[in-house]
Amino acid sequence: MPHTTTALAAGTVAPEFELRATPDQRVALSEFHGRPIVLVFYPADWSPVCGDQLALYNELHAEFARFGAQLLGISVDGVWCHRAFVESRHLHFPLLADFEPKGAVARAYGVYRESEGTTERALFVIDRAGVIRWSFVSPVGVNPGADGILLALESLTRDET
Amino acid sequence: MSSHAGTLQPVVAAHDHVKGPSNARVTLVEYGDYQCPHCFRAFPVVQELQQRLGNELRFVFRNFPLTEAHPEAMHAAEAAESVGVHSGADAFWKMHDAIFSHQQDSERALDDAHLARYATAAGADATKVSADLAGDVHQARVHADFMSGVRSGVNGTPTFFINGVRFDGDWTDVESFEAALRE
Repeated sequence: MPHTTTALAAGTVAPEFELRATPDQRVALSEFHGRPIVLVFYPADWSPVCGDQLALYNELHAEFARFGAQLLGISVDGVWCHRAFVESRHLHFPLLADFEPKGAVARAYGVYRESEGTTERALFVIDRAGVIRWSFVSPVGVNPGADGILLALESLTRDET
Repeated sequence: MSSHAGTLQPVVAAHDHVKGPSNARVTLVEYGDYQCPHCFRAFPVVQELQQRLGNELRFVFRNFPLTEAHPEAMHAAEAAESVGVHSGADAFWKMHDAIFSHQQDSERALDDAHLARYATAAGADATKVSADLAGDVHQARVHADFMSGVRSGVNGTPTFFINGVRFDGDWTDVESFEAALRE
């Protein structure tokens, strides 16, 4: 399949951003400095594969907590859409709205799809110092699972101790 | 991507729920959720495959409950484990089959009262099963299955592995599924 995007690779400093998570709450990447971050770009709230993918990460809440890691979901959906989706799926992690200017954060990470106006289905694991340690772009229709994320978290935890 | 993504780990072992001969040519592992409607649809497909392949097939079931999406999936899994522990492998499979057979009967089909009923029908002592549920006795086992699935690249249910390799084909189509098993 034709791909024009190139996701930021391991070793790159994760671009800072500040996005709305709810109508009255903004979340900045730098707030989590000192903790590993799992950044999950996904095409849209409500689409079937996204639901399954986020449902899986939701189940793994305790597992990510073991690493002290914070999970952040990002799509171009707006805050009201995110709020309804979070409530419907009982999600334990915030969904950020890359809504205005649309897809700006996804572009900064190299995972915006111009043709669809959505983000790639992309995963980034960022270490405590704010450096990307692992990134992965899945075909949009394929749920990438969580094994790659857990291996990356284990590897950076090992390197830091 | 991890080099071993889509590879079953750990391999099938003594603690697994196994149906079929240990020296069968093909091992089919399902990661399933008792409240998942797709697993409900997969249930007769697996039965048909067992019928067709007979002693050539060894079938293994591992738990993968998505508890936030399916609030009764955890208790259903624990109840099946409990039946297996107290009453043996045959009873476990009767319980497994009963839960999937009844999943869509009503909105209450998987509540604790119904699980106790299926346990009794499977030949188990329902009071033991209820006590195990109340004490979360089998939760660790179910969670261990779940984490083995995550590590093996399971991303939803049902996910199948044929001889340890994830089957990404169409499991709803018995013919192509059978062909994959016979490869």
